[in-house]
Amino acid sequence: MDRREFLKRALTIAGMTLIGLCGDSSASPQNDKIKGQNYKIRDQNYEEAVQNEGIVQDSKKATGNIANRRNWGKYEKTKEFPKEPYAVLVDLTKCIGCRRCEWACNEWNKNPNRPLKEFEESKDKKPSVFDRIRRTLAGEFTVVNRFYNGGTPVYVKKQCMHCAEPACLNACFVDAFKKTSYGAVLYNPSLCVGCRYCMIACPFDIPAYEYYDPITPQITKCTMCFDRITEGRIPACVEICSADVMRFGPRSEMLRLAHEKINNNPERYINHVYGEHEAGGTNWLYISTVSFEKLGFPKLDKTPIPTYSKNFLFTVKVLEIVAAAPLVWAAYYMISKNKGEKVLDSSATPKNDKTKIQNNRIREQNEKDSK
Amino acid sequence: MERNSWFKEKILLGMTFKDYISRHATLPFLIAFLILAFSFYSMIYRLIYGLGPATNLSDTYPWGLWISFDILAGIALAAPGLTLGTAVYLFGAKDYKKFARPAILSSLLGYIFAVFALMFDLGRYYRIGYVIFWSWGLNSILFLIAWHFFLYIIICLIEWAPAFFEWLGKDKLRDFFSKLGIWATVFGVIIAGGHQSALGGLFLVAPTKIHPLWYSDMLPLFFLISALFAGISMVIIESTISHRVFREHLKDFEPKEFDRKTIGLAKALIIILFVYLILKLFDLAHNDNWHYLKSNYGYWYLLEIVGFVLAPAMILINAVKTNNAKLVRITAFVIAFGVIINRFNVSLIAYNWYIPLAEKYYPTWMEVSLSFGVITLIILFYRFIVRRMAIL
Repeated sequence: MDRREFLKRALTIAGMTLIGLCGDSSASPQNDKIKGQNYKIRDQNYEEAVQNEGIVQDSKKATGNIANRRNWGKYEKTKEFPKEPYAVLVDLTKCIGCRRCEWACNEWNKNPNRPLKEFEESKDKKPSVFDRIRRTLAGEFTVVNRFYNGGTPVYVKKQCMHCAEPACLNACFVDAFKKTSYGAVLYNPSLCVGCRYCMIACPFDIPAYEYYDPITPQITKCTMCFDRITEGRIPACVEICSADVMRFGPRSEMLRLAHEKINNNPERYINHVYGEHEAGGTNWLYISTVSFEKLGFPKLDKTPIPTYSKNFLFTVKVLEIVAAAPLVWAAYYMISKNKGEKVLDSSATPKNDKTKIQNNRIREQNEKDSK
Repeated sequence: MERNSWFKEKILLGMTFKDYISRHATLPFLIAFLILAFSFYSMIYRLIYGLGPATNLSDTYPWGLWISFDILAGIALAAPGLTLGTAVYLFGAKDYKKFARPAILSSLLGYIFAVFALMFDLGRYYRIGYVIFWSWGLNSILFLIAWHFFLYIIICLIEWAPAFFEWLGKDKLRDFFSKLGIWATVFGVIIAGGHQSALGGLFLVAPTKIHPLWYSDMLPLFFLISALFAGISMVIIESTISHRVFREHLKDFEPKEFDRKTIGLAKALIIILFVYLILKLFDLAHNDNWHYLKSNYGYWYLLEIVGFVLAPAMILINAVKTNNAKLVRITAFVIAFGVIINRFNVSLIAYNWYIPLAEKYYPTWMEVSLSFGVITLIILFYRFIVRRMAIL
């Protein structure tokens, strides 16, 4: 970064700080310029990047996400709301690990991407992206991981679970998340302060952060393709899947389908629909042959995560109100007791204090003189 | 000319500018200056290049050293105002009046600089006002903390105002704030108690991510109680240091009286430490976590509890019996250090405890230097104010 670039950025920061309180700064022209630069950097990286590691690096350092704003804008304009939230049912027994869903997600959300062929190849490649368990990143809203059940690989798609009672929504101190009636949990980048408490709260470790954006970083995560489902289309990852792993529809229907599949094939599936009750229920549901704990899913009970904080907040409010009464009484008591004297120490000995300071100064001057 | 002499009188303590600078060209100030230079570099680097290049924060570890040390540990150690302010102004512990003003000043500086450090951790620091004025996430524990911080800084300012206006020679304002002082203290108790526990409450939402030995439904209570003993041990530490450094400022200093009061604080410490220990034991038994003790995390947990809570409590009992104020002072350092370790344990070490050691978070030098810079600033401001206003 040369000096001019440095100055430009420094000025942008100063400007951002000034206009920060006056509205949504993410829509400012400077911001768009920076985003343009980021795209340029992204394109350069695209050429240079080593295949798999390259895209992980790109995704980790991705900035200037536009999916958030697009989806939030869509949400604000939405007038029709479905009676029942939608859900996606993932049948893990069918997934072949082609990673086409990852490609489609990147493509639709304008995240860093590589040719589709490279995604499809990684299953048989050595070394491969599957060698490590990955998580969602700033520029990657969904990842497919490979686990082994005995000798057979099990591929698991990971993305935002779109909880019925989202931990992220509840954790946010500026109310930047919204649970829509479509089932999707959306994030509003124009309110976010960047505290990253939602990332602490999420039991599935989904929200990622644009750490490499110094001025307008955002949280990024799967939006359940809100901008598609409101137009009657299905999410990009569901649409591209050729192995029939995912089904999209009203949640109750998906649950019925899940149980039907389990009942019809009890030897193929374990009797557990992950997401039916976990953390109060989610809008992504999973069925599998292997127990979910072996596939990297957190073991959660039926308690929605927000309940933990709600109980505490209630206790604090009660205690603060209850404690206020005796404390106020104590204050009155102290005041009436001290009426004759002065209330605080400062008023009791002001003159002494003043002389103390003067003495100090004189002492110091004397010291100085003696030197 | 008039203004100039005011400046000379109040800011430079009656010295000329040249003298003032030359008097401060000492080794401690040189070190402070060096630390500040590094930390200012880190601050500017963070602002220009972002959190990614400046820190080791990641999607797995969204909170790092700045939250663990500057906020969680820092705020616990800034509890002197809560503990002593209450004891003196509300419960009439007049003996400890001399300790109260420094305690309030250290709380004030502690909170202001905790928020200052937080500004570098927030991705969009320029929106910090949103949480107060613009958009309220009423169900968030962090929202409660943000508001309580905001209110508590105001409360500390009111409590500190008499000393400030005394310094400026505005007697009417001083008297006005003196009268407000007791009300500020009352609300200060409520507010400080609320957010000290809420800092522990922050981690209630991560039941699956924090090691069972540290995760507990009582996390808020543990944070509150440990903040109380952290606060009292900080009072002892502070008075020890300031009585050594500012000895010449204290006209009527009686070592014996000072020792007696230190021992008195030790008695309070012992009680609180044991309450904490009993609750910790109860928590361990209630959740039946005994089997975790036989692991590396278990040994570390035992070190925290035995080494930094039980052992200091025992030593303090001994010190009170033998009337050994010096031992109390040394133990206070151990207790405060233990609280820092506890906050690191909950927020970093026990957080994501199941991931391999190689993927764990450790801070970059910039994160460390920024934190050290903030401590240096607190000390410098403390010194600046103590030398000018009637604090000690």
